[in-house]
Amino acid sequence: MALSLTEAGRASGLAHAEDSEARADPAAFVRRDAGGRDTLELLVQGAKCAACIRKIERGLLALPGVSDARLNLSTSRLRVAWSPGSVAPKRITDALAQMGYGASAFDPVAAARQVDEEGRRLLRYLAVAGFAAMNIMMFSVPVWSGDGEMGEGTRTLLHWISALIAIPAALYAAQPFFRSAWRALRVRRANMDVPISLAVFLTLGISIAETLQQGAHAYFDGITMLLSFLLIGRYLDHRLREQARTAARDLLALQSVTASRIGADGRVVAIGAGEIAVGDRLILAAGDRAPVDGVVIEGVSELDRSMLTGETIPQAVRVGDAIHAGVINLSQKLVMRAMARARDSSVAELARLIEAGEQGRARFVRLAEKAAALYVPVVHSLALATFLAWTFGPSLLRLAGVEFADVGLRVALTNAIAVLIVTCPCALGLAVPAVQVVATGRLFKRGVLVKSGDALERLAEVDVAVFDKTGTLTLGRPRLVSAAAPDMLQAAAALARVSRHPLSRALVEAAGQGVAAKDAREIPGEGIESGQMRLGRRSFAAPECDDAADGAAELRFSNGVAAPVRFAFVDTLRADAAQTVAALRVRGITVELISGDRPVAAEAAAREAGIEHWSGGASPSDKTARLAALRAEGRKPLMIGDGLNDAAALASAHASASPGTALEASQAASDVVLQGAQLMPLVEAIDVARMARARALENLRFSALYNIVAAPLAAAGFLTPLIAALAMSGSSLIVTLNALRLQLRWSRT
Amino acid sequence: MNVMIVLIPIALFMAAVGLAAFFWSLRSGQYEDLEGAAHRVLIPDEDDIAG
Repeated sequence: MALSLTEAGRASGLAHAEDSEARADPAAFVRRDAGGRDTLELLVQGAKCAACIRKIERGLLALPGVSDARLNLSTSRLRVAWSPGSVAPKRITDALAQMGYGASAFDPVAAARQVDEEGRRLLRYLAVAGFAAMNIMMFSVPVWSGDGEMGEGTRTLLHWISALIAIPAALYAAQPFFRSAWRALRVRRANMDVPISLAVFLTLGISIAETLQQGAHAYFDGITMLLSFLLIGRYLDHRLREQARTAARDLLALQSVTASRIGADGRVVAIGAGEIAVGDRLILAAGDRAPVDGVVIEGVSELDRSMLTGETIPQAVRVGDAIHAGVINLSQKLVMRAMARARDSSVAELARLIEAGEQGRARFVRLAEKAAALYVPVVHSLALATFLAWTFGPSLLRLAGVEFADVGLRVALTNAIAVLIVTCPCALGLAVPAVQVVATGRLFKRGVLVKSGDALERLAEVDVAVFDKTGTLTLGRPRLVSAAAPDMLQAAAALARVSRHPLSRALVEAAGQGVAAKDAREIPGEGIESGQMRLGRRSFAAPECDDAADGAAELRFSNGVAAPVRFAFVDTLRADAAQTVAALRVRGITVELISGDRPVAAEAAAREAGIEHWSGGASPSDKTARLAALRAEGRKPLMIGDGLNDAAALASAHASASPGTALEASQAASDVVLQGAQLMPLVEAIDVARMARARALENLRFSALYNIVAAPLAAAGFLTPLIAALAMSGSSLIVTLNALRLQLRWSRT
Repeated sequence: MNVMIVLIPIALFMAAVGLAAFFWSLRSGQYEDLEGAAHRVLIPDEDDIAG
């Protein structure tokens, strides 16, 4: 279950600053606990086994002053506590790095350690129901096996003891169903919990009546067992959501930026992004992402705005220019004044778009809800029909001349309730969650985070995939594509080595090892100069040349002697982009590219990835409009994107996915988050979703078949408590095993 | 059959102890890290290493 988070929390944009500098100083995240100790929560990467636990915990406890270090392997979280002042927080992350584990401090605001209250409550209900079911079985088995031999008095005694356990236990453990049913009924709707609640009350009632009359048919065992099974389904469903929620929160907490605030005394302090107040002066080093909206008050640099717009060409900024949260500072240190808090930054308009998109998605009806909509009326009318048939049937038969004795109201009522009990959606309640838990658990291990069960259902239905370009289909990292004379390339690279600009870095990468020009000087927004040699914008390095027609990102280089050289760059495609597109097509999914970048850039990427339909220069509302058009055609689009400009489209698509490097808003709007640098897991996620859907449908069909067989038996009055207990546990077991079959299929491949 | 008068309360009491134990384990956070617990059993105690 260990997360592969190595790629997460990284700006997908052009900047790839040195890790040591980009790594947040954990000091901002230290908290004082109740015992007066300083504590820090870290997300540790790569810890997967017993040896890791031991190495990390022992290693940290060896540091002076550290009194507690505990690694949670399920969540990859490490909690360290030490006496204040004895050890610098940075030493802890350094110690971990020395041991070979990357560690990121948590933003305690984003990753508030929430105890899973709901999960615990469900477990308590489950424990009580299970306890009651097992103990009542202790009395039921003698009743069943002693049938005919056991005296009526003994049987009634055993029934009374069962009642004493079952009544409080059932009323307590069925609370989640009562609450949900009540909520549904109040808005005049019926969900699966309405028949469950009804069955609980009726079963308890009829069993008490039966016991009072010293009868043989008490269903105390059945009702508690039924509740146990239903609660297992409920708990699985809850765990699925909780796990996805926690993982998603961790992923975002990893991304959370620290900021360097200049205090009134001129000292620089590391603080969490959540603590930034309006008016704070913040240092934005090269490679840093702006944590909030603000204005430049010092410095000249260039910004990578690809997260916001998809545009890969950097934008120059100087004093007075606005900076939006999410952009990355590329070349020179900037000082900015915060104009908004992190929470309020750049997202007001976006939030509105996302909300509008999500309304469309709310219309989606889950498989289980569809089943319930069919199931509830059928079962209730069947129970009513049973009652009417047993009440009026005999006299009607006599009218028709058939000899048939009256059976009385009690038998009619018992049989009608028996129908409700035996058809109680025990297997139905497990049918879908069991499958989804297995499927998402499997995907989780492969680094695909599925946010909810219905996300899986929607993913199974998609028939068209719409990709964003920058940061999604591509890495958002430029690559040199034009040929140049080796000596010119080397000379240009010598200049480029002094710069952190993404294009310079791409040039250095292409040139390979070499030395940096000694006296080179970087002029922000223009280029690099060293004596006669100039590398940079056309206007700076080669003003005599014309603009190139292709519009690609470029650098010009002149050595003052020969004709200037042009270096053209394109954005690097993800290694498996073309493979993913082909694989999607094989699965009957058409693929489109829609980018906010210039059309030429979009076209080049589309060609390389093998995508036929593409469009560039798209604004966020163009993207949502395209998705709306696809939906109007009756298609089910899957949107894959990472930028802030994709968030609205992600929310309005039928299903959506984003890479782990995507911005917070985009991940929040996505159903599926892919961790790691690859796109192929998306194809696997679709495969799994389709298989899970097939399995869930099988389970639902089986449940229907079970009800078709069991309901008439109950209606005819053949149902005994023993048969009810066997039928219910048997059907639950079968659907669970069928769900596990999903896991088997994978182990083989 | 009179023995049931004694046996039934004993059986119920034992089951209730089990239920209480479960609640205790739930409250003391033993279900927080199921995966880690599976591995921790393999870690030798500090003082065992010498012997």
